[in-house]
Amino acid sequence: MLKKLVTDGIDWIDARIPMTDTWNKHLAQYPTPVNFNFWYFFGSLAMLVLVNQILTGIWLTMHYNPSAEGAFNSIEYIMRDVPYGWLLRYMHSTGASAFFVVIYLHMFRGLIYGSYQKPRELIWIFGMLIFLVLMAEAFMGYLLPWGQMSFWGAQVIISLFGAIPVIGDDLTLWIRGDYVISGATLNRFFALHVVALPLALVALVFLHIVALHEVGSNNPDGIEIKQKKGSASEEAKGKFTFHQQYSGKKDIIDAVPFHPYFTVKDIMGVSAFLICFAAVIFFIPEGGGFFLEPPNFEAANSLKTPAHIAPVWYYTPYYAILRAIPDKLIGVVFFGGSIAILFLLPWLDRCKVKSIRYRSWMHKLNITQFIICFIVLGVLGALPATPLYTIIAQVASVGYFGFFIALFIYSKNEKTKPLPTRLTH
Amino acid sequence: MSNAPVNSGRRKFLTLTTAVVGGVGAAAVAVPFVKSWSPSEKAKAAGAPVSVKIDKIQPGQLVRVEWRGKPVWVVARTDKVIKELPTIEGKLRDPKSSEPQQPEYATNELRSIKPELFIAVGICTHLGCSPTYLPDSFGEQVEGVESGFFCPCHGSKFDMAGRVFQNVPAPLNLVIPPHHYVDDATVLIGLDKGDA
Repeated sequence: MLKKLVTDGIDWIDARIPMTDTWNKHLAQYPTPVNFNFWYFFGSLAMLVLVNQILTGIWLTMHYNPSAEGAFNSIEYIMRDVPYGWLLRYMHSTGASAFFVVIYLHMFRGLIYGSYQKPRELIWIFGMLIFLVLMAEAFMGYLLPWGQMSFWGAQVIISLFGAIPVIGDDLTLWIRGDYVISGATLNRFFALHVVALPLALVALVFLHIVALHEVGSNNPDGIEIKQKKGSASEEAKGKFTFHQQYSGKKDIIDAVPFHPYFTVKDIMGVSAFLICFAAVIFFIPEGGGFFLEPPNFEAANSLKTPAHIAPVWYYTPYYAILRAIPDKLIGVVFFGGSIAILFLLPWLDRCKVKSIRYRSWMHKLNITQFIICFIVLGVLGALPATPLYTIIAQVASVGYFGFFIALFIYSKNEKTKPLPTRLTH
Repeated sequence: MSNAPVNSGRRKFLTLTTAVVGGVGAAAVAVPFVKSWSPSEKAKAAGAPVSVKIDKIQPGQLVRVEWRGKPVWVVARTDKVIKELPTIEGKLRDPKSSEPQQPEYATNELRSIKPELFIAVGICTHLGCSPTYLPDSFGEQVEGVESGFFCPCHGSKFDMAGRVFQNVPAPLNLVIPPHHYVDDATVLIGLDKGDA
């Protein structure tokens, strides 16, 4: 009786909107390579953090006062007087850092397994746009508490636009809406942070996943699980039913449906993630000064720059590049270039083999030096500039950009290992 | 419905003109959205000049006042500093102040009206931080120069006339705001002499 009611209800909906079909196409009958490993947790974790940010963000908005006069005090009000306000805020501020942790690991996965290569260039481009919007979102969110680091961090970043020849000064004035960072700046950043950029973020995540499901996931072996129709053995195809969208035109080998196999795996990843996330929220919510910086516990003062200005940890590598170059315009160009060059990765890598498992020692070495340079820049960007550190940052900057140049050169005729015909697991 | 033959030339023309008129309309609608980000009338009006009492400033001391929301420094330079300034020109990017970072009456060696009083906007020309005044320990930054300004953000260095040193990120000397001496004890920041 109840069962019939449910089936009838589903039929009623399916006749009006393709609910069951969408469920099957993207979850229950979506083919996923069997050999996904640890590195494949971070896409779903990024979605989880996005939901956390949106939910806690909406609740914080209910108590926050977006004005130069009231912002700093309303944060104190949230922390002290609003019931569970401290928890909502720490979930949001820790969530921002967690977002970048999982996104950086997600990008690293794409880098080592060549997930950006043909035919997944657009997935990478949408992903990079998500990364860019996320950086803007985090930057604008950091101004909202109206602390010293909020103010001076925003001052430095907005001034970057001043380096653009001719229009630079007018542009910074237009962005600030005042001759200095003021309530006008705070209010527009608030609007962008809570409405415009989250909308853009959600739209881009949607496109990222649509593009992913169109071509299918890459995997640690970097070989395709979709083969010519009629070419694969029954054993290779396995016992699962996949949606016509995928199995109609191709033979799917070595795959399992995303649901329940990878939803269960991802829940396991979510559990591990939440343990770490909760540990930070409850025991070190300020992240030792890296998630919430000490000067931000002092209200913004336009006359006094804190003794040491460092951006939040997730910006430090690019900031170190900016600081390493003793020229304003060239520094800003390389700062922007350090992000822009990542967009070009699918075309800079000319190798046909995707996964690091089957690529040359030169590629492994290049990725290793890139990661080392990235981390060194990240550490230096958080420290004060001394002559020695500046030289180290310059060397690491060369390594950072050198990665892309070297990749472009050797990947044309790279000596790769033979690829397997089936996934290894 | 008429069965007249399609006049494709006219159809193309109408499509094109509709698109152009629609495009112009869309561009016009963008104007209020873009313009609303410019400084408001209230923000523009907030730039009133500031008067500073200078008779109590001790040699070597720096007084910080706010003008248009920015820090403005009034520094009493010691004789030693004034003698030192011409000797370090070789280390500077723009020792003769050829870039228009100051009013005409401050386009001189010491970038000031009175040699003993240095007045500048305390905002680094790199990315807008406020440099730190190091009256005694600037030698750690530039060997042999006792006092100057060091920007904690990106390591830019300025001498006691706000002139930028070589090999630092800041491209220009510090800005000298319009100012004049009302009497021996007062300086008005934000207005040139004769402007009301």
